[in-house]
Amino acid sequence: MKFSGTTHKYGRDIDTDVIIPARYLNTSIPEELAKHCMEDLDAGFVGKVQPGDILVAEENFGCGSSREHAPISIKAAGVSVIIAKSFARIFYRNAINTGLPIMESPEAVDAISDGDLLSVDADTGTITNETTGASFQAQPFPPFIKDMIEQGGLVESVKQKLLR
Amino acid sequence: MTRSMTITEKILAAHAGLDEVEPGQLINCALDLVLANDVTAPIAIKEFRKIGVDTVWDAEKIALVPDHYTPNKDIKSAEQAKMMREFVREQGISHYYEIGCMGVEHALLPEQGVVGAGDVIIGADSHTCTYGALGAFATGVGSTDAAVGMATGEAWFKVPSSLKFNVSGKLGPWVSAKDIILHIIGMIGVDGALYQAMEFTGDTIDALSIEGRMTICNMAIEAGGKSGIIAVDDITRAYMDGRTERPWTEYFSDADAEYAHVYEIDASSIKPTVSFPHLPSNTRAAEDARDIWVDQVIIGSCTNGRLEDLRVAGEILKGRKVHENVRLIILPATQQIYREAMHEGLFDIFLDAGAAISTPTCGPCLGGHMGILAAGERAVATTNRNFVGRMGDPTSEVYLASPAVAAATAVAGHIALPEDLA
Repeated sequence: MKFSGTTHKYGRDIDTDVIIPARYLNTSIPEELAKHCMEDLDAGFVGKVQPGDILVAEENFGCGSSREHAPISIKAAGVSVIIAKSFARIFYRNAINTGLPIMESPEAVDAISDGDLLSVDADTGTITNETTGASFQAQPFPPFIKDMIEQGGLVESVKQKLLR
Repeated sequence: MTRSMTITEKILAAHAGLDEVEPGQLINCALDLVLANDVTAPIAIKEFRKIGVDTVWDAEKIALVPDHYTPNKDIKSAEQAKMMREFVREQGISHYYEIGCMGVEHALLPEQGVVGAGDVIIGADSHTCTYGALGAFATGVGSTDAAVGMATGEAWFKVPSSLKFNVSGKLGPWVSAKDIILHIIGMIGVDGALYQAMEFTGDTIDALSIEGRMTICNMAIEAGGKSGIIAVDDITRAYMDGRTERPWTEYFSDADAEYAHVYEIDASSIKPTVSFPHLPSNTRAAEDARDIWVDQVIIGSCTNGRLEDLRVAGEILKGRKVHENVRLIILPATQQIYREAMHEGLFDIFLDAGAAISTPTCGPCLGGHMGILAAGERAVATTNRNFVGRMGDPTSEVYLASPAVAAATAVAGHIALPEDLA
């Protein structure tokens, strides 16, 4: 999968309460959740994010609650991929399970500024900063997780396993 | 001869059908319990429908608890609770707790004997790690993992490396389990245990009640931990005996098990601690925070809503009044705790002090209902998170503290210690 889009860069420890505040958790409809994505961190985010845009963040992205509403809202807001120095573990699982591509690359994060144009090849893990020309290699997924992503996420891979 | 293992590695190996496991290894584990609540179950149910099975793997090993937006706060949350209730009836799920029996899930399930030592438990709620206090491996997951768990009774894990926190010595006056875990999170940061298991040992931990141990394991996630765990001892056995519905298994770390790091902590150096906005790791001594005036105090939650917590609050509030500028809301975490607190006379103390007593709910902890903050307002809470907007308006502030500091603060009007009160 290849993506290209404009960077929206944020800091470290971006928690799931600011990604999708609990006051909106009385629904699980993706389009509803998308309207409030990142609202308590950057109230202008939903207004400026374009389909295909890329979230970039420092360490521990998605810490806090287990709410799957967080990756669902980010994906439904149009974000194609998240690049961070590290991800909180429940968010990491949830992103893979819900089909939201994520990549870990501390070097790339340090060399990307807000507004930079990026192109990303999720299959090879290559991140290119089209604004600066610099290229980076994200840490590869373990084969087990790569297989799961290729089968279309956890539910699809389990479904196929049960059919066999 | 198998490799020396930690308690976490032994539990995971046993549930993966392996003699041994090592950190980093990807394994598939049989589950003893899958949990979800009224916020996470609706997505789990939708995902469950996509898997292509008609029935859950074991209707006795799924717990569904409507505790976050219940009693329903609005029509949308009522629809979510209804969807969960209908799924329970359709599938014949036995561990469902309707309003009137309901409690905050992580206080309720141990109390009702649904979790026990040696279990592997996943829950679509990040504070599922609480059950480590009984010597179980328990970890928070998202709704999709819970859906697959409900369908198959299995989940995949990367075996975590373990951090050991050896706490020894005597705690000072009014210093509690909450102060220990806030101190640890302040020391290692909100990702200090990322992807790792946090194992708590030492004579200070041994001296804690099960309730205090639950407070500590509950907040492992606030350090990024995958799980928190405390090995079984006589206190655990006394708690589980006659209560835990399934046979339990005790596991213990080998003396020469490998840890990614061992922290030695002197309990006597831990002071009553407060986490300032907006991260649980932003800790300071409560004695240095007396200039923080507050509008609301919350005593409750899966972290500190158990009977022991309410008794501490009662000891401080007895014969005193809540400060005129403060709203004190006390939420016993389960119906049983509610009844016991009432029988012990704690409700009279709370009511005489001018506190509101709520039916069990997660409510204010996550900014759901029953005590939302307006712009610029401040709360001291015995809960577990103080992120931006956690309890209401994005400009409001939450300070995390123990029940003792919270109760003293409610009386003083500003962050205070019990000894500050006249």
